[in-house]
Amino acid sequence: MTVLDVRRDPEALTITVTAEFAAPRDRVWQLYADPRQLERWWGPPEWPATFERHEIVPGGVATYYMTGPDGEKAPGWWRFLAVDPPVSFEAEDGFGASPDEATPGMPVMRMSVRLDETAGGTRMTSVSTFASLEQLEQVVAMGIEEGLRGAMGQMDALLAAG
Amino acid sequence: MVVDLLDREDTDRLFAALADGTRRDILRRVLQHESSVSALAARYAMSFAAVQKHVAVLERAALVTKERRGREQLVRGSVDTVRAAARLLEQYEEIWRGRVARIDALLADGPTGPRPGGAP
Repeated sequence: MTVLDVRRDPEALTITVTAEFAAPRDRVWQLYADPRQLERWWGPPEWPATFERHEIVPGGVATYYMTGPDGEKAPGWWRFLAVDPPVSFEAEDGFGASPDEATPGMPVMRMSVRLDETAGGTRMTSVSTFASLEQLEQVVAMGIEEGLRGAMGQMDALLAAG
Repeated sequence: MVVDLLDREDTDRLFAALADGTRRDILRRVLQHESSVSALAARYAMSFAAVQKHVAVLERAALVTKERRGREQLVRGSVDTVRAAARLLEQYEEIWRGRVARIDALLADGPTGPRPGGAP
């Protein structure tokens, strides 16, 4: 059973999510390192993510797009700043086709993920730092429908299908 | 929503204001209770003028309001702006709860991830 702890800091615009998975650390690392697996959980069902490029090495770049309910595409990218498999990585997360084409002055989000081995499996700590309210709003706009539907019902459906 | 509350210039100012640790610290304090600029200045290892400058940046970003009372300048945190950020973070939390639920489902699916034709 997944244990969740969520800490929000509205002044610093950060959110820290801690979850525990009943799986070895290498397995959980693959959820991030393998783009085909990442696509199955990163985007909400209404905005699934497709990763075109995924270089999980320091300085490497990942590019993806999320496809909305009406077929609209929202491109995004990550730039990996530090990668220590299968323990941790830190990346910038921005909107646009690639870091090179990023709009100047457009805020970039920072994310860091850490995986620790525990008695029951793996504990994941994910910290997201937003540069501005506007950026946070854009990210939320792509996932809010899922929030309204409720993540619990979705989990049941996935478990039943799996 | 925040879009109604802030235009692009406002959000730029907000971003710049929150990018500094001292300013976030000042904001935390004055959200708890109002404080004079001189009382704030006494808490930091920097000049009164430097603290006053930080407060001015926060004020331009609508994160605090300043009010003159006698010889003192009282600084108060603007709850609405911070609340807008808090509401959005709550919604972002829902996104992460969804992700964690999907990871659970994936892990329950088997040790090697997607099975041929088995993806939901």
